[in-house]
Amino acid sequence: MNRTLTVLRAGPAMSVQDQGRAGYLAFGLSRSGAVDGLALLEGAALLGQDPRLAALEMGGMGGEFAVSETTRVALTGAPMRASIDGVNIQWNASHLLEAGQRLSIGAATSGSYGYLHLGGGINGAEVLGAQSAHLAAGIGKMLGDGDTVSIGPDTQTLTGQKIAAEPRFDGGTVRIVPSLQTEFFARSEIARFEATSFKRDTRGNRMGVRIIPDGDGFKTEAGLSVLSEVIVPGDVQVTGDGTPFVLLSECQTTGGYPRIGSVLPMDLPCVAQARAGATLQFQFVTLQEAVALERREAVRRKTLRGSVQPMIRNPHDIADLLSYQLISGATAGDDLERDIS
Amino acid sequence: MKNMQTATWPKVKTAGFDGFLISFGDQLNEPANRAALAFRDALERAGLAAVQETSTSLVSTYLRFDPLAFDHEAMRGELTALLAERNWFDADLPKGRKLWRVPTVYEGDFAPQLDEAAQAAGLTTAEAIASISTSRVRVQTIGFAPGMPYLGALPEVWNIPRQTALNAQTPAGGLCVAIRQLVLFPVATPTGWRHIGQTAFRLFRPETDAPFALRPGDEVVFEQTTPEAFAKMQNDPDGGAVSEVIA
Repeated sequence: MNRTLTVLRAGPAMSVQDQGRAGYLAFGLSRSGAVDGLALLEGAALLGQDPRLAALEMGGMGGEFAVSETTRVALTGAPMRASIDGVNIQWNASHLLEAGQRLSIGAATSGSYGYLHLGGGINGAEVLGAQSAHLAAGIGKMLGDGDTVSIGPDTQTLTGQKIAAEPRFDGGTVRIVPSLQTEFFARSEIARFEATSFKRDTRGNRMGVRIIPDGDGFKTEAGLSVLSEVIVPGDVQVTGDGTPFVLLSECQTTGGYPRIGSVLPMDLPCVAQARAGATLQFQFVTLQEAVALERREAVRRKTLRGSVQPMIRNPHDIADLLSYQLISGATAGDDLERDIS
Repeated sequence: MKNMQTATWPKVKTAGFDGFLISFGDQLNEPANRAALAFRDALERAGLAAVQETSTSLVSTYLRFDPLAFDHEAMRGELTALLAERNWFDADLPKGRKLWRVPTVYEGDFAPQLDEAAQAAGLTTAEAIASISTSRVRVQTIGFAPGMPYLGALPEVWNIPRQTALNAQTPAGGLCVAIRQLVLFPVATPTGWRHIGQTAFRLFRPETDAPFALRPGDEVVFEQTTPEAFAKMQNDPDGGAVSEVIA
């Protein structure tokens, strides 16, 4: 029988996401895929499965879920309060969800996008080679109350594992490389950009996030006469009023505003996860430095599975603590005497 | 001269962490547009192992590659060598191009900014319709949204700016004008281009084997039709459009 996950109650921005569909830029279709690609890798490591499998991306908050048959689940990305039948469960960990149980995932305690992974992955229809919803293009949809997704076959049984997630949920400093239009900005404006603290605006979605400088906006020497040109996720586009936008996985494929630089792919999850009000800063690195950083990160990501460990349960999370036999070997207190005798 | 390979053009620049952009100009002109299309085609045929994806914008070719497998300087060397093979500005347009005739309504709520656009171009509304509906325009690039064409060039009178404010939502199939170009929207979208006509042509059909209706180099005439005829075209994905192969 086909296992399914039912969304009993959906948060505001929940969609199926995998690593996206490459190969359609020439037709104006950006890749889409999880805005925090690292979270997909962490979920796959926890469940010991292929990182290309699709998961549920949950913006801001989760929802309530049930499965038709016992299913392994893992939770990664922005930490959210989660419980199974009222018993708190750990984030960045794998758990067993039995048929009839209710998995509740609340609001993010930091960061923006949480991920619910299923053992066997989500087994939905592919459109142009991927399951990722691309809402701006009209592919897929936001999931709502009562929607179900089909779960792929799972050959494994291991749960109760945890992973130490790379910190990326509270803003911070992200690395940026010069790109094709960086020269449109005076050196003094680039220096000021690096010295500026930005607050992530309330305006933001899977296409990109607006970041508000703590000083003046940024001026270009090119003005508004720039020809529309190719744009990619990570690009920092400076709009007419001087406010930058950082583009994410569902961005358009061309843009008419000048780009001051482009965020390293490995640092983009930190931008995507920053919640409204979080502070972001940018540090330029050379392409050579970027390659060295990405190479090191690629090795770390390949060995993520090695950093998965068995979970040690926190007694506070065990609802039926008192029913456990916590002290073994209690005796009447006369053992020694009896042994002697 | 703009139409020759010079010390200035083409330019090879990195684009983000894992891309290059090869630009054949800094403003739209036909030889640069043809050069970008032809160079992308040559890049695809060259089959460089580290190249993961290519595309074109109006006057540039883009490529995405794996910098961990092939470093930036080596890729720049490959691109420079390929560029030196010929004068890309006199390249032919792609083969297998089509001419599409797309029925378009130019009145009432289907064309809310036609009068305003005509005025900006210094034409009467009737003259504007005659000009737009008989112009044979070419797909210069596909971009921004899935399957969305930028078409040109319209006669010089249509060199009108985009609006400073955006229209809240222009519907899918909406035909819009600015800077001697037409754009046709695959999905409803906010835009600074003026909405001057409406088609029922579906540019993006993700559920089919041919998800994108148009290709760069295709030509299009947005022929005038009536709201009554238009109503009957709504259920046809081609919206009454017909095509023929021209090259």
